[in-house]
Amino acid sequence: MAERFAPPSSPPGTLAAAWIVARKDLAIEFRTRTAFLAALVFALLGVTIFFFAWDSTAVAAADLAPGVLWVIFTFAGLLGLQRSFGSELADRAVDGLLGAPIAREAIYLGKALANLVFVSGILVVTIPAVVLFYNLPLGREIAALAGIAGLAAIGLVAVGTLFSAMAVNTRMAELLLPMLSLPFFVPIVMAAAQSSARLMAGRPAAEAWPWLRILLAYDVVFVTACTLAFPYTLDE
Amino acid sequence: MPPVVHAENLVRAFSGRRVVDCVSFTLNEGDCLALFGPNGAGKTTLLRMLAGLLAPGQGAVHVDGVPLAAGPAARARVGLVSHASMLYGALTARENVALAARLHGLPHPDDAAMRALATMRVDDRADVATRTLSRGLQQRVSIARAIVHTPRLLLCDEPYTGLDDAGSVALTATLAERRDAGAALLLVTHNLAEGLALATQAAIMRRGRFVRHEARALLDVGSYQSQYRELAAVDG
Repeated sequence: MAERFAPPSSPPGTLAAAWIVARKDLAIEFRTRTAFLAALVFALLGVTIFFFAWDSTAVAAADLAPGVLWVIFTFAGLLGLQRSFGSELADRAVDGLLGAPIAREAIYLGKALANLVFVSGILVVTIPAVVLFYNLPLGREIAALAGIAGLAAIGLVAVGTLFSAMAVNTRMAELLLPMLSLPFFVPIVMAAAQSSARLMAGRPAAEAWPWLRILLAYDVVFVTACTLAFPYTLDE
Repeated sequence: MPPVVHAENLVRAFSGRRVVDCVSFTLNEGDCLALFGPNGAGKTTLLRMLAGLLAPGQGAVHVDGVPLAAGPAARARVGLVSHASMLYGALTARENVALAARLHGLPHPDDAAMRALATMRVDDRADVATRTLSRGLQQRVSIARAIVHTPRLLLCDEPYTGLDDAGSVALTATLAERRDAGAALLLVTHNLAEGLALATQAAIMRRGRFVRHEARALLDVGSYQSQYRELAAVDG
């Protein structure tokens, strides 16, 4: 006797579906490791090249290091964001997500969560590399710097994930994603660089607070706006 | 009791050209519509609208009385076998099908995935990455992904492509079983014999419209074949 129909199942809610999508993306990245390794090598090479191009008699380490860190972070992050929706296009796997009984916003949140893990992994290696190369006297401030990195990463993936979805169906996706994203990354890079510069220069953490508030506001605004805008990027 | 699917006056245009032009039909429990048509007739676009992947420019689709445009609930009742496999090459066959089961909220996704893979006689390759499978085996996994949630409406776009004899037999048996269990099927194919074998209705689509649509029982297969060949020759 043929199974008539499956017992009524309740499709996952938005957050549960986002977690399913994120787990799937991370499993694929864990298997292939191509994008993560490429971004990591790029980041470490960037730190090294900046170090050898640095004239320590002209510019103090604490003045240069924040800029180096956040510029490298931005471009390494873009490598990961390119991959985010690229993997969905092969064999039109994205249709499996779009045809599933889940909110379109869940796809965005899942992708953004996987991208957040991706860029956080890059930061975990890049921040110690910058601290070591430039011999920065970071002690207790390392926790504050990790907080800045977390806020910057959230803003970057919020915007980058949306633009990755918009760019992926175009012929010049590799060019379009940075062109769309980088203007929106300017406030993140500026706030992250300014706040971390104060920490690296040994200034009181309170001096970094106004910049942290900008990062926080950016995250709230763009996570909300991008989540709401994402379903419209999928219309053919 | 509402029909399984009711499509009303569907229209979809790309760049001003109507690819699907005022298509209406109804499928009740146990109905199978075999849809034929030359390349570019609009069959795939019609299926994408019925699967909720593409919004109609005009008209509406109701699945079990639920409007497809209303959100994820109606999509839970639809399964799609597409031209593309819709699989993630880095994931195994089991992981791909279990992902679909999770997105549909099935209680035991891994067990459901194994049952669907067994139905398509590909369970012996459950733990193999799908990118290493042949085209025919990928198609079997893709069909397993589409039926894992026992959909009320199963949309199949050239499902026999790439299948060997064993795969074709498994697919025909599965489609007949689903139809007998009360599901509605829409089968797009260029092979009249394959399509008419399962059909309760048959339609020929040309330039976005149904130019013939009738009950299978009323068909004279000989004249149907010759008219279809003429249409295919004109548009090809």
